[in-house]
Amino acid sequence: MRAAETLVALLRSPERSAMLAPETWTEVVCVARAETLLGTLAHRLDGPSVPVAVQRALDGARAEAAEVRRTALWEAHRVARALAPLGKTVILLKGSAFVAAGLAAGQGRGIGDCDILLPRASLDQAEQLLLAAGWDWLKSDPYDDLYYRRWMHELPPLVHGERDRMVDVHHTILPLTARPRPDAAAMIADAVPLEGGLAVLCHTDMLVHAAAHLFADGDLSGGLRNLWDIHALVEEGGTQGLEDRARHHGLSAAMGRAMRLSHALYGTDVPEPWRHLTPLDRLYRRRMMARNGWGRERRPLTRLGFYIRSHLIRMPLPLLARHLWIKWRKRRAAAASE
Amino acid sequence: MRHRIALRVGLVGFRIGSDWRAPIAALDALYRDYPRADFAHYSVRLEAASLARRWLRPAVRTMGDYHLPDAAPLALAHGLLAAEMGMNLQVALGHRRHLLLHAAVVARGDRAILMSGVSGAGKSTLALLLSQRGWRFLGDEFALIDLTTGLAHPFPRPISLKNESVALIPPDRLTGPLLSGTPKGEVRHVAPDAAAVAAMDEPARPALMIFPRFGFPLTLQGMAPTETFVRLTQASTNYVALGEAGFRALTRLRAEVPAVALDYPDGEAGVAAVESIWSAL
Repeated sequence: MRAAETLVALLRSPERSAMLAPETWTEVVCVARAETLLGTLAHRLDGPSVPVAVQRALDGARAEAAEVRRTALWEAHRVARALAPLGKTVILLKGSAFVAAGLAAGQGRGIGDCDILLPRASLDQAEQLLLAAGWDWLKSDPYDDLYYRRWMHELPPLVHGERDRMVDVHHTILPLTARPRPDAAAMIADAVPLEGGLAVLCHTDMLVHAAAHLFADGDLSGGLRNLWDIHALVEEGGTQGLEDRARHHGLSAAMGRAMRLSHALYGTDVPEPWRHLTPLDRLYRRRMMARNGWGRERRPLTRLGFYIRSHLIRMPLPLLARHLWIKWRKRRAAAASE
Repeated sequence: MRHRIALRVGLVGFRIGSDWRAPIAALDALYRDYPRADFAHYSVRLEAASLARRWLRPAVRTMGDYHLPDAAPLALAHGLLAAEMGMNLQVALGHRRHLLLHAAVVARGDRAILMSGVSGAGKSTLALLLSQRGWRFLGDEFALIDLTTGLAHPFPRPISLKNESVALIPPDRLTGPLLSGTPKGEVRHVAPDAAAVAAMDEPARPALMIFPRFGFPLTLQGMAPTETFVRLTQASTNYVALGEAGFRALTRLRAEVPAVALDYPDGEAGVAAVESIWSAL
């Protein structure tokens, strides 16, 4: 069994840990780290006996995840405080949302930026409030700035000057140039409030967002982790109403793929129609498992294919051509001026 | 990867893989007295900087669980240095089970001196000289301070000596090849004495902290608690990432262990000063 397969098998059935040789553990820890799943693995293996040296590595990952969780919650509250004058609840997305809502999907998870969702009409004011409270633009390039504001689903990323933490302010969950047009207003209306001016998406919308993020946006980097989010959400909250909600947002295809792959890889309990992989699903699985026991990327052609796909699904071809042309000219100009 | 070795240094297991045989052979020789690890916490990969650079003017890119995206590749002749830097980087960026201080550590019995300073302060040289005079060598790169017990765990890697310090290497020590023209100048690695390696599972209680500075007239000064605190935060690579646990370990060290600043003109004077401070404790 390849290391990536062993990792997936261990996440699925932690009791297998008793059978692993030390060299296999080395590979599993290496791949888990590369896929940002070591903290999750450490939580899954909390209990069954693993070798002492491996336990030490897992202890470190657990400690790291605990601190990541604490700082993510702190950052979420800082953002909510800065945005209080808006009079809107700040809806947390992805990792920050999982830990704020105390979900299993947040256990051991790495969390980078603070991703939030606000009504589009509030974005300008939100940006001014964040700038006034110590955040600043990361990108100073006028074209990149325009690109974000005209075509993306979020403000240009803002970084806090003292804490060096990034906040991504979304007004919907996919680029405006992508084909599916999720109903952001419904997501906001049905969000579940938490304390402190914060909220999270309702269970089905969390899954819609996770599926959209994984299969309707991006090149599947970190796919195993994002699929684990989906598995953990379904295991905790079920699939009731999921199909209808995904259809409402125009994301049935992404949701179907998420359910089928989550079942195939992690053994997620899903209804019968989602229990069989399509031939195309198998290609996605191939991409997700494309890492060897040294943590190195494998299958360069598959990866390239998904990389190209990530651009094609982000925007229509003419717009993409224009975008790449401008980026290429800028890179050339930058290289010439060095 | 084609060539590989797994080594254990104290509590940490490393796996180093390489596209070439030479760096692994050099590690195998330099780490002759170390146990080979069953399980590696961290992996380091010495990769060809490009397909052509595997054979043609071979250049080593240091990758691994953690890597620096803009680090310049090294010549294959400096592969040992690349491996050592890669191992340091994994610990500096990845380790969370101990408070890490950029410091050399030596001990008498189970009581240790932490010597912390920026690169060039002379901590490696002092540690080597002290280890020649009966002190146990626990490491010259990182002090691993246990978050609950406050003990310093040995991490006795080979000492990397640079430029003028290379001449100080005692003739009876196991060394790596002399590496000339590296980004750090002339470098040579010296394996710790066999006793230090044999005792690498025995922690020691920090009893003294010294902040040395090489190349100044001999001066010894006590250090205000506030300054000690700030110096320790600067010396730690994971203080921020550890959160409250890091703060507690660091303030405990500051409260329990006396700290002094030592300026010294040369190795001999430095060693004499360290030993006199120790005997006055």
